[in-house]
Amino acid sequence: MEIKTTPMKRCVLVQVIGKLDSSSAPVLSEQLKKITKEGNYRIVLDMSKLEFISSAGLWVLVNTQKACKRFNRGELVFSEVPAKIYSALDLAGFIHYYKLFKTSAEAVGNF
Amino acid sequence: MKNLIVPASFASLEKIRDYFSRAAGEAGLDEDAVFEVQLAVDEAASNIIDHAYEGECESEIECGYELLKDGLKLNLHDHGKPFDPDVVELPDIISDPTQRKKGGLGLYFMRQMMDEVNFSFSGDGGNDLTMIKRRRL
Repeated sequence: MEIKTTPMKRCVLVQVIGKLDSSSAPVLSEQLKKITKEGNYRIVLDMSKLEFISSAGLWVLVNTQKACKRFNRGELVFSEVPAKIYSALDLAGFIHYYKLFKTSAEAVGNF
Repeated sequence: MKNLIVPASFASLEKIRDYFSRAAGEAGLDEDAVFEVQLAVDEAASNIIDHAYEGECESEIECGYELLKDGLKLNLHDHGKPFDPDVVELPDIISDPTQRKKGGLGLYFMRQMMDEVNFSFSGDGGNDLTMIKRRRL
């Protein structure tokens, strides 16, 4: 897994490339914690190149959302979600609780 | 194909997914079904490491499979603590994820992805997890 972080004017764009499993989830978790600790609570997670996600990866998204939404200071949103990743999010009952955008540009524009 | 024996570490997950992914292809499963097998075996192996072995260690996970007339029967074997799936609560998939208790999602995924999921103790004192994925009609 590879993580590309791009600071934008009103949010941070994070692209996750590859596979998010129990092995890579702690790495993404640390990276997202670093972003929120720096005071960025508006995050777009670009999933266009995410090939796999397990429950370990899903919990990273939950913990990040907790940190972002605290005190209404921000939100974690998803963009360009591939069909297979969407199915996993849907099966876990996550779909209604996260904003999904077709493109990263739209997601960034939402903030 | 030969069985795959890997150390009980999260770094082995990719190998385990690839091994069963090839097996699923051999069994004639379609692309979506191959992905579902990958997710199920990833969750299964992660649970073995986290719960049976109580964390990453030098012990082994042995993977094997059998081609069925109508799909794939796969097996994961470990020598960790026995696992009773009946004590795992069903995960909450309704409420806001940030309000949920952690846990149970992996087993839930396995059962949703596969047609059959069975846990048993094997003769040598280890645990056997057998799962079946059938070709869609």
